[in-house]
Amino acid sequence: MKKIIASLAGVALGAIAVASAAQAQGTSTLAAVKARGVLNCGSNTGLAGFGQPDAQGNWNGLDVEYCRAIAAAIFNDPAKVKFVPLSAKDRFTALQSGEVDVLVRNTTWTMSRDTSLGLNFEAINYYDGQGFMVKKSIKVASAKELSGASICVQQGTTTELNLADFFRANKMELKAVTFATNDETIKAYDAGRCDAFTTDASGLYAERLRLAKPDDHMVLPEIISKEPLGPVVRHGDDQWYDIVMWTHYAMVTAEELGVTKANVDERLKSETPDIRRLLGVEGKHGEALGLTNAWAYQIVKHVGNYGESFDRTVGAGSPLKISRSQNNLWNKGGLQYAPPIR
Amino acid sequence: MTDMSALPPTGLVNYVRRDAAQPLPPPANMTGWQGWVRENLLSGPFNIAMTIISAFLLYWIFAPLLNFTIFHAVWTGADREACLITEARPVVGACWPFITERLQYFIYGSYPLDERWRPTIFFALLLVSVAWVLWLNAPRRDIGMLFAFVFTPAVSYWLLTGGNPAFALVGVLALAIDAAGAVFGTVGSILSAIPFIGWILALPFNAVDRALNLIANGGIGGLREALGRGFFWFDLLISAAALAAYVFRNRIRYTEADFRTALTTILGVAVAFGLFVGVTGLDAGLKPVPTNLWGGVLISLIVAFVGIVFSLPCGILLALGRRSKMPAVKLFSVILIEFVRGVPFITVLFMASNMLPLFVPEQYAPDKLLRALIAAAIFASAYMAEVVRAGLQALPKGQYEGAMAMGLGYWQMMRLIILPQALKVTIPNIVNTYIGLFKDTTLVVVVGLFDFLKTIEAARIDPKWAAPTTSATGYMFAAIFYFICCYAMSRYAKATEERLGKADKR
Repeated sequence: MKKIIASLAGVALGAIAVASAAQAQGTSTLAAVKARGVLNCGSNTGLAGFGQPDAQGNWNGLDVEYCRAIAAAIFNDPAKVKFVPLSAKDRFTALQSGEVDVLVRNTTWTMSRDTSLGLNFEAINYYDGQGFMVKKSIKVASAKELSGASICVQQGTTTELNLADFFRANKMELKAVTFATNDETIKAYDAGRCDAFTTDASGLYAERLRLAKPDDHMVLPEIISKEPLGPVVRHGDDQWYDIVMWTHYAMVTAEELGVTKANVDERLKSETPDIRRLLGVEGKHGEALGLTNAWAYQIVKHVGNYGESFDRTVGAGSPLKISRSQNNLWNKGGLQYAPPIR
Repeated sequence: MTDMSALPPTGLVNYVRRDAAQPLPPPANMTGWQGWVRENLLSGPFNIAMTIISAFLLYWIFAPLLNFTIFHAVWTGADREACLITEARPVVGACWPFITERLQYFIYGSYPLDERWRPTIFFALLLVSVAWVLWLNAPRRDIGMLFAFVFTPAVSYWLLTGGNPAFALVGVLALAIDAAGAVFGTVGSILSAIPFIGWILALPFNAVDRALNLIANGGIGGLREALGRGFFWFDLLISAAALAAYVFRNRIRYTEADFRTALTTILGVAVAFGLFVGVTGLDAGLKPVPTNLWGGVLISLIVAFVGIVFSLPCGILLALGRRSKMPAVKLFSVILIEFVRGVPFITVLFMASNMLPLFVPEQYAPDKLLRALIAAAIFASAYMAEVVRAGLQALPKGQYEGAMAMGLGYWQMMRLIILPQALKVTIPNIVNTYIGLFKDTTLVVVVGLFDFLKTIEAARIDPKWAAPTTSATGYMFAAIFYFICCYAMSRYAKATEERLGKADKR
């Protein structure tokens, strides 16, 4: 019996010791990530343009590239990411329990999530919002002209509520045709049950490709709701928060300054002060983050700037061909704006 | 002597035929396919009506199916352009080039490209094992069993994960010593009324074991996490076993033979475990591949086979436990079975994926795949236990009494008389459970594992292949895969049933 008690006690003590060691380590996410040698990134289980596997099983997409950029900033190696695919239900638990270091899984930034869930949202890597897709044949150029048109929408979603709000606010007549699942909704629209289909704009572009005749349909320019998507971290580690946030801003700044994956080596010799600061030729901005001063150089070198990443995954260079619009740089009519690195 | 066979002399009764008339062939419409059709399809007005309705139903189901999968299908192409609806091709069926392009992904998931020969060897080993064990005329099936249940799992683990060098060196030693300590501690505790002696006997072993644990945990390479995890659970298990043995030490009267059996069993298990760990730890310079990169058919087969292999022995033990007269054993079996059957599989998986990381420190949390494997094994065992219990209860009491009257012990009775009969009557249900388990493997998707079906779901959203029929093609492919696997299982079971049922048909 004593043996058992002794061995049980030993096990318990050992567990406690290791647990407390882990906790001591856990105060700094960056230290834990460095010790582990790999970034645990909460990712999507598959969403067109944001995170999907290719034929070789490598993950691609806008959110995936964000994770790779963080890894590039820390390790100078974009491959040191372990993607943990999470469903919408367990994504926050996984982040809170420490199973993932950062959640980049097209998650909408809302106040309640930011506050009561103990999470921190930071940058917005994709401004999404609800939009409309219509048949070209009904000759509508704006969502304001949709009064009286039948609209296919998925039941019980915020999409349905937003739709009702938009029509009421604009004093238009709403004829909503609702379906239980997204697949059913798009099937019905394709079969001609409605004149228009509504969901988040990024989804509209993906769904359009599945239609029997994609060229007969167009996405209207109006966005009727705000769905800011961005990475999430836990409360309580400001250094880690800064690293994840500035990874995005470094990519946006690089685009603004015209620094690309191709010309980044050449730009190291640039005389422009902004570029010199971004690439770590001048100043100690990287060290202030707990990284090396070449952090932003590593991001651009391995992943590219924001524009390149957008283009490759969801934009003109991809099958989705989503226009930049709101996600363009602030000086080109969009909302992407990075605080200065200085 | 009378000659009964003597015929009357010829010529007396010439009108009596000597030999049978040649039978006439049956009418043409009673044989061949016409006969079959007439007999089976058109034998009466009701039958004719049923035939027409059935034919219509078959046409109604199979015409669109064949149109979709074959006649209107697209067979070649590089991306979605190939499967789009165009002027020249107004109807598009299945988009097979999508499957062709993604086939590797469906089989291996994200397993690194250069390392895919490893899962391929695993599939080959699995095939050989299954064939060797299931094919009754195969030579040396005893070696086949060893091959299937020891060699294949050990080598597969080593191949798929890439081995665990630190494990091999320190691990074997520590585990052997751990086991020896447990044996001495347990036996010592049982032997003597004073547990102190057992503790003293185990003391040196424990000390060395702790030291080795410390070395292993202290940091031989990056694998100390895995090591620490292994020891944590192993210690827990051994301690629980020792505790159980101690608690029950006075319940049962032991003979010397019992001790010898117990000792050899425990040592045998320790040696097998050590060998297993040793083989799995061999460092042949294989790149470690973490389980989060595994996927597709690989994951589905691993989960299904672990469940299938573990469920029958565990299920039999649980079933016997539930019918046992020993209260502790009975209570344990009943609680486990009822708990598992009372909770949906998906809930346990959710618990394992969401709650476990909150309860235990990150490095002690078992690997996600391991969690799913354990959950699948426990689940299948509980259901299997009820299936086996049904078989046990179906046997007449006389079988038990007869066996006891022969002077057989409990295990002899079970092994020689009861189980062979009980398992025979439950074969359809056992296979039913297997088939259910095989299809339930798709649920592991909730813990973030990419099984075969999930790889299809993830691939079908790729805009590169976005076309009207891409999704349907993916699901069709999944259906074909699952049907082939399940149908093969059911056919094998039917053959076994017929083989074992020969006696009943006599």
